[in-house]
Amino acid sequence: MSTETATPQEKKAEPLFSKKNIKTIKDPLDDNNPITVQVLGICSALAVTVQVKPAMIMSLGVVFVMAFANLITSLIRKSIPNRVRIIVQLIIIATLVTVVDQFLKAFMFDVSKELSVFVGLIITNCIVMGRLEAFALAQKPWPSLLDGIGNAAGYGLILVVVAVFREFFGSGSLFGIQLVPQWAYDMGYENNGLMVLPPAALFVIGVYIWVQRSRNPKLNNVS
Amino acid sequence: MKWIRRTVDSVKPNFGKGGRFEKFHYLFDAFETFLFVPGTTTSHGVHIRDAMDLKRTMMTVIIALVPTLLFGMWNVGFQHYRAYGMEVSLLDNFLFGFWKVLPIIIVSYAAGLGVEFVFAVLRKHPVSEGYLVTGLLIPLIVPVTIPLWMVALGAIFCTLLGKEIFGGTGMNFMNPALLARAFLFFAFPAYMSGEIWTDLSQEPGRAVVDAYSGATNLAIFDENFLEMDSARDMFLGTIQGSIGETSTLACLIGALILIVTGVGSWRIVLTVFAGGYLMGLFMNVLAPADVPLHAMHTPAYYHLIMGGFAFGAVYMATDPVTATHTQTGKYIYGLLIGAFTVVLRVFNPAYPEGMMLSILFMNVLAPLIDHLVIQQHIKKRMSRA
Repeated sequence: MSTETATPQEKKAEPLFSKKNIKTIKDPLDDNNPITVQVLGICSALAVTVQVKPAMIMSLGVVFVMAFANLITSLIRKSIPNRVRIIVQLIIIATLVTVVDQFLKAFMFDVSKELSVFVGLIITNCIVMGRLEAFALAQKPWPSLLDGIGNAAGYGLILVVVAVFREFFGSGSLFGIQLVPQWAYDMGYENNGLMVLPPAALFVIGVYIWVQRSRNPKLNNVS
Repeated sequence: MKWIRRTVDSVKPNFGKGGRFEKFHYLFDAFETFLFVPGTTTSHGVHIRDAMDLKRTMMTVIIALVPTLLFGMWNVGFQHYRAYGMEVSLLDNFLFGFWKVLPIIIVSYAAGLGVEFVFAVLRKHPVSEGYLVTGLLIPLIVPVTIPLWMVALGAIFCTLLGKEIFGGTGMNFMNPALLARAFLFFAFPAYMSGEIWTDLSQEPGRAVVDAYSGATNLAIFDENFLEMDSARDMFLGTIQGSIGETSTLACLIGALILIVTGVGSWRIVLTVFAGGYLMGLFMNVLAPADVPLHAMHTPAYYHLIMGGFAFGAVYMATDPVTATHTQTGKYIYGLLIGAFTVVLRVFNPAYPEGMMLSILFMNVLAPLIDHLVIQQHIKKRMSRA
């Protein structure tokens, strides 16, 4: 009998903010943005970006849901049977979304009325489940948490940028504060009614993608 | 003439390779070829030479647009003086309209060509003639009262997002001029619909007459089609509407020019009218008998002469870039444009001008129609083989 000498694998503790982890959280902001590069979550980007404030609240809600959905899924990833994983993911997401929804109703009722059904629809936001499937199911909790935050932030970034354009040109204001002065209206300036309609978000996202790709050489060959 | 040539030649090296202004080569090139026929010859390979180049095609469309333009200018004056109950000579009518329409045309060209020039420099492609037609079409499909900055915004929008983003002239999948109109229609509805079609600038000592009505026939006909202008007025074009769209007669003259020169497809023009007429008849059949004034009862030929139907059929639907390319496809394309227009007009009062939306819609479907026609053709040939 030969004695097996199991050489203990040397485990180097990865620093919390190693290069790889930083990349996990930073990539979705630009190089791998969920909306402009992965083209996920377009639907809510059209719906809640008429004004900046709801867009921000929505982004924060998504950050919360994605961060914890990723974390929880990653924690229990080894005990989820592969066949029912979608249902397990859905339950996790739905629970978190309900928490967000109830929180908004309790503390920010007017905003929750503005966002109405779209908070509930975070469940169907393709980014959330996409990241669970693509990342959290196969990664450790800490990187999963970072990935969730990163992707939600990337999503929120686009939401806020689009909302700034739409609110400024559509209503002449930002955060509900009138920015276009009255004399401009007297001179004949008009708010652009198209910017209030959902197609305007597509135009803005389209132009964003255009600018992003002509600026970022890494995205040249992404189809 | 000589001194222009000499000036151009003297500054030419600056724009050539290694010159000081090499960046602006294509800008210079555009001006030079606009002034003079280029002296370059093909150096190798076999080429088909045809006098019908892009410039000639575009100029033909411009010439075909002249009747609607002139009539539109006259009609602007006519509507203005009619609103004040004044009888003035033909020339006065025309001059009033001329001074109102000219700024719109200038702004449209300046804004659109500005974008084209910027892109020619940035993208390093020659300035093409595509905007010549678009720049004249935009003024003809807006009301005369539109603020000039909106015209500029529409022109910039359509050139940038309708054309340049897809690669410039010939690559756009939607008619740029209609895109500009659609943009303005949705962005500034108060300036593009309602009773804004007549220029009501002050006439000293005059007030608008009581009988004046600023609504177009498209708005009237949803309530009571019997109160529309007479068919003769609508055919000649002495009615409310966008600058160039009112006169069916002028559009038909333009159609004649386009078809005789072979620039516009007669298949499309004909089938758009046929599609509208047939759908109008179909509406008459379906119309509820107990509501005698319902828009569905409108005589079918009314649809062809009111609003921008003729203008759209002749100048917009025939745009060779955005229309279908197969011959069978052209019939389908035209028929559907006409039919959709009537459906939109009758059933959706919120969008009175169905022509714009149905042409844009069919622009999007055109490649699909072509694809189906070609697949069908291949299948037929295969079964015979």
